Amino acid sequence: MSEVAAQALGGTVVFVGTVRRTAEDGDIHAIEYSAYRAMAETEGDRIRAEAAARWPAARIVLRHRVGLVPAGEASVAVVAAAPHRAEAFDACRFVIEQIKARVPLWKREHLASGAARWVEGVPPGGGAGGDG
Amino acid sequence: MAIVPGSGGERSIRVRLRLFAAYAEAAGRDELELTLPPGATAGDALAAVRREGWAARLPPRPAVAVNLRYAPSDRVLGDGDEVAIIPPVAGG
Repeated sequence: MSEVAAQALGGTVVFVGTVRRTAEDGDIHAIEYSAYRAMAETEGDRIRAEAAARWPAARIVLRHRVGLVPAGEASVAVVAAAPHRAEAFDACRFVIEQIKARVPLWKREHLASGAARWVEGVPPGGGAGGDG
Repeated sequence: MAIVPGSGGERSIRVRLRLFAAYAEAAGRDELELTLPPGATAGDALAAVRREGWAARLPPRPAVAVNLRYAPSDRVLGDGDEVAIIPPVAGG
């Protein structure tokens, strides 16, 4: 949050997505995230630029982990600070939704049973994701 | 003088094609190099990949990125471009 702090920014919204322990059919031990790293970074920069165009006064930071993330730990964080809370909420929501819709990241669930499987994603640019 | 198409100065292009996640797993590798005729598009690169057996795994119209940016299938490729077939994304 110190990365977005400024005296003129009265509202800061933090979204943290956490790996859920439960799936429909078994306990999740961890999620392994992989990325098309160079493109994920440039796509993240584009999302930030788009947010900056819509909410010029907002400051935004986004982070996403790759590799094995144990259940209960955070995998993604978005922090949006703006002069007033409405823009901060809107910008934060925009950024997390765009991350889920188009940043080339994939996840493989590792189940408590030892099995692993790819999580079905959304075709980039369309469709809606779940949360977290 | 006969003009023979393709015999002149037009050289084929080479592109690096990258695969990720479930597609890389299906292919058993995460990149391949393609040699394509000049003027080839992202769609042509995809068509070349579809000759491989594992490519039955691909949806009818997978997302494609060229040089780190999503691109339409009619995007013309240049020598040295990096083309990626992007599986449905699942960040967050």
